[in-house]
Amino acid sequence: MPGNPLPDAEQLLTALIEQMRPAVGPETGLIGIHTGGVWVAERLHQALKLRTPVAAIDVSYYRDDYAARGLHRDVKRSEIPFEIEERDLVLVDDVLYTGRTIRAALNELFDYGRPAGVKLAALVDRGGRQLPIAAQFVGATLVLEPGQSVALKRDAGGRLRLELREEKR
Amino acid sequence: MWLNPSNPQLDKKGQLHHLLTLEGLPAEILWQILDTAKAFVGTKVKKVPLLRGKSVFNVFFEPSTRTRTTFEIAAKRLSADVINLNVTVSSQTKGESLLDTVDNLSAMHADMFVVRHGESGAPHFIARHVAPDIHVINAGDGRHSHPTQGLLDMFTIRHYKKDFSSLRVAIVGDVLHSRVARSQIHAFSTLGCPEIRVIGPKTLLPAQVESLGVHVYHDMRQGLKDVDVVTMLRLQNERMQGALLPSAQEFYKYYGLTPDKLAAAKPDAIVLHPGPMNRGVEIDSSVADGKQSVILPQVTFGIAIRMAVMSIMAGTK
Repeated sequence: MPGNPLPDAEQLLTALIEQMRPAVGPETGLIGIHTGGVWVAERLHQALKLRTPVAAIDVSYYRDDYAARGLHRDVKRSEIPFEIEERDLVLVDDVLYTGRTIRAALNELFDYGRPAGVKLAALVDRGGRQLPIAAQFVGATLVLEPGQSVALKRDAGGRLRLELREEKR
Repeated sequence: MWLNPSNPQLDKKGQLHHLLTLEGLPAEILWQILDTAKAFVGTKVKKVPLLRGKSVFNVFFEPSTRTRTTFEIAAKRLSADVINLNVTVSSQTKGESLLDTVDNLSAMHADMFVVRHGESGAPHFIARHVAPDIHVINAGDGRHSHPTQGLLDMFTIRHYKKDFSSLRVAIVGDVLHSRVARSQIHAFSTLGCPEIRVIGPKTLLPAQVESLGVHVYHDMRQGLKDVDVVTMLRLQNERMQGALLPSAQEFYKYYGLTPDKLAAAKPDAIVLHPGPMNRGVEIDSSVADGKQSVILPQVTFGIAIRMAVMSIMAGTK
């Protein structure tokens, strides 16, 4: 593929911050989904000057494709360092695709309590939803060729970058 | 044969399918289990839906309370249905063969068998005969192996000591009858522990135990000198037939872990015991309940290890 057809992740992050600014308060809880979602949530948290610390969840134990794909090699412990009961939450993921990760994340969240409301922020929405799930805050919508996927990378300096992958099948 | 011919515990892709022994299990798999277990320690939500709809059969041909209970808790925290079968008091006494018992249990749609058996090799035998989608975990077989105990010991040691590459460890007591000791020795060597010692009277150490790469000591103070980890073994009273020992009192005098003998080890050495303990035989109460003891954390970590093993296995087809 000539050049890099993908948008700059740092610019998408700026767009996401501006969308979210009027919708969040200092008590809003950001919940990043491992691993890319946590990177995005950390940057949003910093830019939006939220008081509540960032939470990170790993939805591996809640996935519905576990029987087919097995357990992810590097499962992290979910850390939600605040009470979610009656709090406004924003789930943060890097790439929104089928919606199944978000379904798993919602199920996990409700094992911790009953939030006042949950919104969804995604750096990239690549379509292809298999569940009735939509993001309220989106950095950019991408149209990909069949067999392509997109992943978020973070360099040593903390800069975010999107990477295109051709699936080998 | 659908299993990996070089190691019947692994499937063709080299993933864990049965857990029968730590001998010959690649370091990569051991680290995978230890890393996965970390995610289950100290979590606020105890129960996750991973194994919902799966049936785990605890099949115990030999009595055990702790191991069976921790397997049961682990399976329940993963949302599996757990069925406990105490076979010592059922079919076996009526003369049913091991294979018939297993075939009958398979017909009840088990997804996983957790097997304890008095005969070495029984779980291996069962694993070779079950349908390809059924997983078998060895929960202790004869003198052979007790892999989840070995793993939880490694998890505990890693938790307190961080790294195996500079550790000096000592395994003390009745090594001859101990499946725990064999599992520990294999795990220590696979994980790169540089110095493994076994300490015990000649009558309770297996012949040619040195061939496993361990250093043999018959004197506690020499053997414990400057070690980082002391793992005690239970004196297997019920298995001690014949005159291997003059008396439990004499064993305590020479090999019981007292504060005085423990002083030979490093000041920050930790003490492990797989339980159940014989206080005043292999371990003194003041050590068992003392600051260096990590015996109760071992039990807690045992649940996380068993959760990790079950979640990794049930995800391989």
